[in-house]
Formats: sequence, C-alpha cells, structure tokens
Amino acid sequence: MREITIGQYIPGNSVIHRLDPRTKILITFAFMVLLFVIDDFAGYAFPLIFILVASLLSRISIKYMVRGLRPLVIIILLTFVLNLFMIKGRVIYEIGPFSITYEGLYQGTFMVLRLVLLIVGTSLLTLTTSPITLTDGIESLLKPFSKVGVPAHELAMMMTIALRFIPTLMEETDKIMKAQMARGADFSSGNIVKRAQNMVPLLVPLFISAFRRADDLAMAMESRCYRGGENRTRMKTLKMTHEDIFAFVATGFLAAGCLASRFLW
Amino acid sequence: MPIIVKNLTHVYMPGTPFESVALRDVNWNVEDGEFWGLIGHTGSGKSTLIQHLNGLLKPTSGEVIIDGVNINERGVNLREIRQKVGLVFQYPEHQLFEETVEKDVAFGPKNLGLPEEEVTRRVREALELVGLKYDEIKDRSPFELSGGQMRRVAIAGVLAMKPKVLILDEPTVGLDPRGRDEILRQIVRLREKQNMTVILVSHSMEDIAKLVDKIAVMHKGRMVESGTPRQVFKNYKALASIGLDIPQVTHLMIKLKEKGKNVATDVLTVEEAEAEILRAARGKGHA
Ligand SMILES: Nc1ncnc2c1ncn2[C@@H]1O[C@H](COP(=O)(O)OP(=O)(O)OP(=O)(O)O)[C@@H](O)[C@H]1O
Ligand SMILES: [Mg+2]
Repeated sequence: MREITIGQYIPGNSVIHRLDPRTKILITFAFMVLLFVIDDFAGYAFPLIFILVASLLSRISIKYMVRGLRPLVIIILLTFVLNLFMIKGRVIYEIGPFSITYEGLYQGTFMVLRLVLLIVGTSLLTLTTSPITLTDGIESLLKPFSKVGVPAHELAMMMTIALRFIPTLMEETDKIMKAQMARGADFSSGNIVKRAQNMVPLLVPLFISAFRRADDLAMAMESRCYRGGENRTRMKTLKMTHEDIFAFVATGFLAAGCLASRFLW
Repeated sequence: MPIIVKNLTHVYMPGTPFESVALRDVNWNVEDGEFWGLIGHTGSGKSTLIQHLNGLLKPTSGEVIIDGVNINERGVNLREIRQKVGLVFQYPEHQLFEETVEKDVAFGPKNLGLPEEEVTRRVREALELVGLKYDEIKDRSPFELSGGQMRRVAIAGVLAMKPKVLILDEPTVGLDPRGRDEILRQIVRLREKQNMTVILVSHSMEDIAKLVDKIAVMHKGRMVESGTPRQVFKNYKALASIGLDIPQVTHLMIKLKEKGKNVATDVLTVEEAEAEILRAARGKGHA
C-alpha cells in the first residue's frame, strides 16, 4: 500500500523544488500538450532531453521515478500489445491468427513512449511540489475564474484537506487491518464474495474514524473563525523569481522544438 | 511458551527516501508467566517491537522465536501464533465494528473456527474478565458505550481468543485516572486468574513500576535496560539522561541517601518507603 509513489512528494531544495507551483503546473500542462503535437520518433528527442534535465536538476533518483511506473505497467503493456496486433500493414511475424506488423510495432512503441513521458512528466510535478503548495498554485491559477462563479478557494481547500488526509487514512487502514489480523481476520484469501465480506471489519472502523476526523477538523476550523475565502490573505504569498522565468524560457525552446519537428521537417 | 528476540532490526520502507530504522539489534527473552513493562518515549520503537511478537511485522534482520517457532520460516501458521499471542493495540476501541458487543467480541473466536456454544461461552467469560456484565451489555451497540467501556470490550475481543501471552499497547492512554486505575487493576487480576504472560507497554514508569516483575526500556530503537524494577532503577542516572522518570518514592529515597541518610534506595511503593524510613530513623543499621 505504501508502495504507491504517484502523488507522492519528496522533500528537497533543488531548483525544481523551489520553482513557483504555478510555473510547474503550467509547464506540466504545456509539456502534456506538446507530447501530443509530436508525430515521429525524432520529435521525442526534445521532451526526452527536457525531462532528463529536469530530473537531474530535481536530484530525485531515476530509480524512484521509474518505480512510479510500476502500478501502471499493465496499462502500458496493454497499449503496446493492442497497437502491435491491431494495426494493419506490412506483416513481420505471424502467431496463429494474429500478425505483428511493422506499422503496429512502430505505433506501439510510439504510444508507449508517449505514455511513459506523460507519467514521468506529471510525477515530476508531484514529486517536487508539496501537496499544500500545489493546491496554493491551483487556487491562484483558478482565481481569475472566480468571477464567473468557480469557487476557487473552496475547491483548493477541499483538495488540500483531501491530500492532507491520504497518508493519515493509509496509516489508519494499516493499523485497523493489523488489529483485526491480530483477532484472526484474513484479508488476502478466499473468493471475491468472501473477500468483500472480510472487508467489513476494516471498512466500518475506517469510516467511523474518517467521520470523527472530519468532525474534529470542522470544529477546529470553526473555532478559529474559518469562514471561506473572503478577504483571506496568505502567510506565504507565491512569488515568481528569475528561476521561473528561466523555466518558461526552457519550455519555450521545448515548444519550438516540438512544433518544428511536426510542421517543418 | 517463551518468546525469544535475537538481534532484531526493523527498517520501515527500506530503499525509499522515507526509510526509517525503528529497531536496532534488540535482544529480549520473555519467559512463561512473566509480567513485563515495556517503557520508552514516543517513537522509541515499542509498538514496532510488539508487532513482531505475533508476526504482524517481519524482522528486517534477526529472529523472533515464539514457542519454538521462528516467524521468519516459510509456511509458519501465523493464525496459530496470533491466537497464542493476543495483541491489544493502542486505542483498541477504534477497531470495534459490529452492531452488538456480543458479536464484536465473538469476531476473534469465530475466526478460529470454534463451534457456536464455545464462542458464546468464551464471549461471556471474556466480558466478565474485564469486569462487564454479559447479560447487561451483550445486546448494546459498542458505539454507545463510554470510552472506558469501549476499551474493555475491545480488550475482551482479544481475551476471547484465549491467548497465552497478552500484550497491551498503552491500554490506559486517553482514560481518566479512575478508568486508568480500573484497567490496570483488571490486568493484574486477569494475570493472577489466567496465569498469562503479560507485556504492558507504557511511557509512564510511575504507572507500572509497582505492577510488573520486569521492565524493559526502549530508547531510539534500542533496548537500553532490562531487568527487575529494582535493578533498572539503580541506573536512574542513565534513565534520567534519556528523559525517563523513576517513581517519585524511589526518587525520594535516592535523595535521602544522597543527603547521607542510611536508607535503601530500591523501593517502589509508599508503604515500603515508610517502613524503610522508620527503620532508618530508629537508627538500626542497614540490613
Ligand atoms: N508504518 C510505519 N511506517 C513508517 N515508519 C513508521 C511506521 N510505524 C512507525 N514508524 C516509525 O518507527 C519509529 C518507531 O515507531 P513506534 O510506533 O514503534 O514507536 P512507539 O515507541 O510505539 O511510539 P508511541 O509511544 O508514540 O506509540 C518512529 O520513528 C516511527 O516514525
Ligand atoms: Mg506505539
């Protein structure tokens, strides 16, 4: 359960960590869009270099980022296999009724590469940005839309709280599971129906505890006079620095490269 | 059924940036029928250590041998070990889930596959052991009980498995003084009646020094002291340096001794202290 690294934050003080969250969110979006602009292998050189440099700067080991791919291996493999067999074209190899085509191989590899870059790119954002900073960034980016009725502050607060409680709930799950296992409960064998039944001793206490926590939190917030986002100022205001400008310039080069690879070559 | 812990080291989340060493090279022997107090500050590794004693955690290195069975071995019957070693977690009332007290306490024995009558018998026995009246409480919802009652129901849930070793992780935390004394009294009574081995985890010396036969002190993942309370308190300076207090009466006697009075310092209760001071005041020499 603790193996999941998507959405995980690794504290640090690298350039990438220090960037303004808004910069990182915008760049991640741009990166994702640009990945879909690219239409041949050569084009991937740009995002590949970009992500490599960013990873090196973030001082987060590649091993740790690759680990984030693990839960998605099935999706990645499925993408590859489907492309491999589904696309018609020049046949390279035949297995029974199925045939692998040159085009399928090309397309499969191409999609896998895109998927991996997509995952690594987004996990770099969450790996280097604490959830709180991330929601601050989102709130700030959504601010302009609050005029048209988007509850930017409330959304951000909900996200902050949800993110804040994920580790707590994980811990709680771990603890309750162990406590029930100490009473002979079994969470890992039996058929689906049996397993679902076995979850009851875990889920009931978990829900009760979540509601209790929610109650406590609401009480604590109200007793400190929380009443939504109106007129709230922040202890730490977000500030762009020359590092952010540099990051945008680098992204500009990435965009130029990707666009050129698509439309010029 | 003795428990032997040999060179036990436990690392949480090894190989990640969150790696933390919770236990370092712990050695510990728990013999039949002993009453142990396991003491240490928050984060010292107490809960981690006791979760090894029924196979909920596996050693990163080292061995844990329960009744001759090494929990590292392939194909050990963990369910059997968990029946023999009953573990009551911190805030055990948080694990209640059934509609009625009776059903909740029956969860453990049912998992052991016991017949209906035996389950009912055990539930009744366990509830009475923790000082609750079976007939009055069995049909109530566990969630409408008081905090102290909930905790006792949860402890009964473990007792109903008839463990030979009972481990309680901070059973008094969050209770008022009366609830605390009641739980501690019941644990003592329980031990006398059932002749169980008991391990009581706590961070207060004062609470447990006079109850237990032996004390083990954890500090930063190491077991720094273990022995009878009197032996352990002899090193009160070492204890003070890791921020653990000895009971106040023991402290008083040590102070008196330092002032040049001829008193013994291995004293745990007020009564013992009184006798010792009177003896010294009458001017008789040290025995
Ligand atoms: N599930 C876990 N994952 C990662 N680290 C953990 C986990 N459980 C405990 N730790 C760490 O291991 C160390 C020992 O924790 P442990 O819970 O054993 O201490 P404790 O002595 O029981 O403390 P307390 O008195 O607060 O219950 C702590 O530094 C803690 O942060
Ligand atoms: Mg603990």
